[in-house]
Amino acid sequence: MLRFLVTRVSLIVPTFIGITLLVFVLTRLIPGDPIETMAGERGIDPVQHQRLIHEYGFDQPLFTQYGFYLFRLAHGDLGRSIVTHRPVIEEFASLFPATIELSLCAMLFAIGLGLPAGILAAVRRGSIFDHGVMAASLTGYSMPIFWWGLLLILLFSVLLGWTPVSGRIAVLYYVPSVTGFLLIDSLLSDQAGAFASALSHIVLPAIVLGTVPLAVIARMTRSAMLEVLGEDYIRTARAKGLSGFRIIAVHALRNALIPIVTVIGLQVGVLMTGAILTETIFSWPGVGKWLIEGINRRDYPVLQGGTLLIGGIVMAVNLLVDVAYGLINPRIRHSL
Amino acid sequence: MTQILSAGTDIEAPPQAFAETWSYFKENRGAVIGLVIIAALVLVGATADLIAPYSPILTNNSAFLKPPFWQAGGSLAHVLGTDAIGRDMLSRLIFGARLSLSIGVAVTALSVLCGTILGLTAGYFRGVTEIVIMRVMDIILTLPSLLLAIVIVAILGPGVVNALLAVSIVLLPSYVRIARAAVITEMAKDYVTAAKVSGVGGIRLMINEVLPNCAAPLIVQATLGISTAILDAAALGFLGLGAQPPTAEWGTMLADAREFVLRAWWVVTLPGIMILITVLAFNLLGDGMRDALDPKLKR
Repeated sequence: MLRFLVTRVSLIVPTFIGITLLVFVLTRLIPGDPIETMAGERGIDPVQHQRLIHEYGFDQPLFTQYGFYLFRLAHGDLGRSIVTHRPVIEEFASLFPATIELSLCAMLFAIGLGLPAGILAAVRRGSIFDHGVMAASLTGYSMPIFWWGLLLILLFSVLLGWTPVSGRIAVLYYVPSVTGFLLIDSLLSDQAGAFASALSHIVLPAIVLGTVPLAVIARMTRSAMLEVLGEDYIRTARAKGLSGFRIIAVHALRNALIPIVTVIGLQVGVLMTGAILTETIFSWPGVGKWLIEGINRRDYPVLQGGTLLIGGIVMAVNLLVDVAYGLINPRIRHSL
Repeated sequence: MTQILSAGTDIEAPPQAFAETWSYFKENRGAVIGLVIIAALVLVGATADLIAPYSPILTNNSAFLKPPFWQAGGSLAHVLGTDAIGRDMLSRLIFGARLSLSIGVAVTALSVLCGTILGLTAGYFRGVTEIVIMRVMDIILTLPSLLLAIVIVAILGPGVVNALLAVSIVLLPSYVRIARAAVITEMAKDYVTAAKVSGVGGIRLMINEVLPNCAAPLIVQATLGISTAILDAAALGFLGLGAQPPTAEWGTMLADAREFVLRAWWVVTLPGIMILITVLAFNLLGDGMRDALDPKLKR
C-alpha cells in the first residue's frame, strides 16, 4: 500500500511543477510592463519604477525569478490583488467555501437523481423510461449550461417568482460565519427564514451546475448496471428466489458502484469549469466569479493565484479518488 | 457443406469499408437525425448571405426588442424579432451558424493535426521527447478545460481567433494519446518491422502504416470534439472572451441578452436553442460514428 501511495504522489509532482511553470510563464507573456500594470492608471515616476523593478526582482534572469516565485509559493505567498491589495490566498480562502457549498449541492442533486434514474433505466431496459433517460442525459450532456441557467431564471424567478435571481442569501439576514457554508451557518444562527432564504438561493445554481454531472452519472450507472445484471451470479441470485429489490440493491448495485464512483470522482474538473459559468450567471460569490472579474479588471495576480490553487485542488482530489480506489480495489494497487 | 454453399448463390461480395460503415450508421436513427441537422446547418451557414433577410450587424432604430411575429407587437418584417439595438434576430442566428460551425471545424482540424503530429512524434521517438510531450498533455488534462482556455485567452487577448487557438490547445490531449498509442502498438508488429527492414523511412511508416490504424478512433474523437469546441467557444463568447461585438456569435448574443431576461424572452432563448441543437447533433453523429466504425465497442 505504501508503495502504491508513493508512486501515485510522485506521479503528480512533475504535473504540479508544470502548472507552476505555466502560471509563471503567464506573468511573463502578458503584454506590458508588470510594474506599470500594478501602478494602474495613476502612472509611476522613473525612479520608483526602477526601485520596484529591483525590489520585485524583474531585473534578474528569468530562471532566478522562477526560483523566487517558487520560494514565495512555498511560503504561501501568491501575491496581492491589484484591485483590492489583499493577499490572493486570503481572498481565495474567503470565497472558496461558497464554491464548495454550491458544488456539493450540485453533486447531491446529480447523484440523488442520476443514480436511481440510471438503475431504473437499466432494469427496465428498452422501455419508454429507459429511452427517456438516455435522451435526457444526452441533452444534459450537450447543454450550454450558461444558457440553461438563464432559462431557469426566466422560468422560476421571472415567470413563477419562486426563487431569487442572484446572490447567496437575502440582504436582510446577517449570518455569522462558522463553517463558511451558509446552509449550515443559517441553521446555527437561529434566525427564522435565514435557512429558507439560503436554500432558495442555492436551488437553481445547484441544478445548473449539477446538470452535466447528472447526465454523465445517469449514463454511467445505466451501462454499469446493464453489465452487472448480465452476470451469472445475478442469475444465481434469481434462481435462489431472492426478491428483485434485493438483487438490484445488494447484488448488482454494489458491483456496479466501482465505475460509478470513478466517474463521480472525475466530475471535480467539470464542476470547477461549470462553477465559473454558473457563478457568473447567478452572481454567486465564489472563486469562479472572482476569477472572471479578475480577468475583466486585468488583475493578473488573481488569475495566476486562482489558476494555481484550482489546479492544485483538482489534482489533490483526483489523487484522493485514486488512493480511495486503491483501498477499495486491491487489484489496482497491486497492478503497479 | 456443399449444399449450403450452392444454396447461397446470392452470396454478396465482402462489403466495402465505406459501405459497411454506412450500413451500420444508417441503422442508428439518432445518428442519422444528427447528420441531417448538421447538413441543414451547414447549408444555412454556407448560404447565409443569400437567405438572411438583413445584415447581421444592421441596426434598425425604429424596432428595438420587437417580439417574434406571432406575438402581439411583432411583425413579419422581423420574423424572430429584434435585439436591444434593433438587429434582426433571424439574420444574426443564421450568421451565427456560419461562425459557430467554422469555429468547430477549424478548432478540430487544428487540434487533430497538431495532436496527431505530437502523438506520432512521442510514440516514434520515445524517451525524453515522449516524456516531455505527455507531461505537458497531463497538465492540460489536469486543469479544468474552461479555466485553461480562459488563461490562454487572458494571455493572447480576447477575440475569435485567440479563443479558437485556446480551445484547440485544450482539446489536444485526446488526439495525442490516440496517435501515440497507435504508434506504439503498430511499431511492434511484424509487418512494420518488415517495412523498416526494406528501408521505409519514418515519415512514410507513420503515414502508410500507423495512421490508417488510428483513423477510426481519431474520426470518432474529432466528431465529438466539434461539439466540445462549439460549446467551449460559445462559453468563452458568453464570458466576453471570445467573439467580440458586433460579431453575430451565439454565445456573445446570449451575453448581450442577459440584462433583457425580464422583458424579452426571445433574445435569451433563441441563441441557446441553436447552440443546444448543434451540439446535440454532433454528439448524436459522434455516437453513431463510434458504433459504426468500432462495432467491438458497441457489442
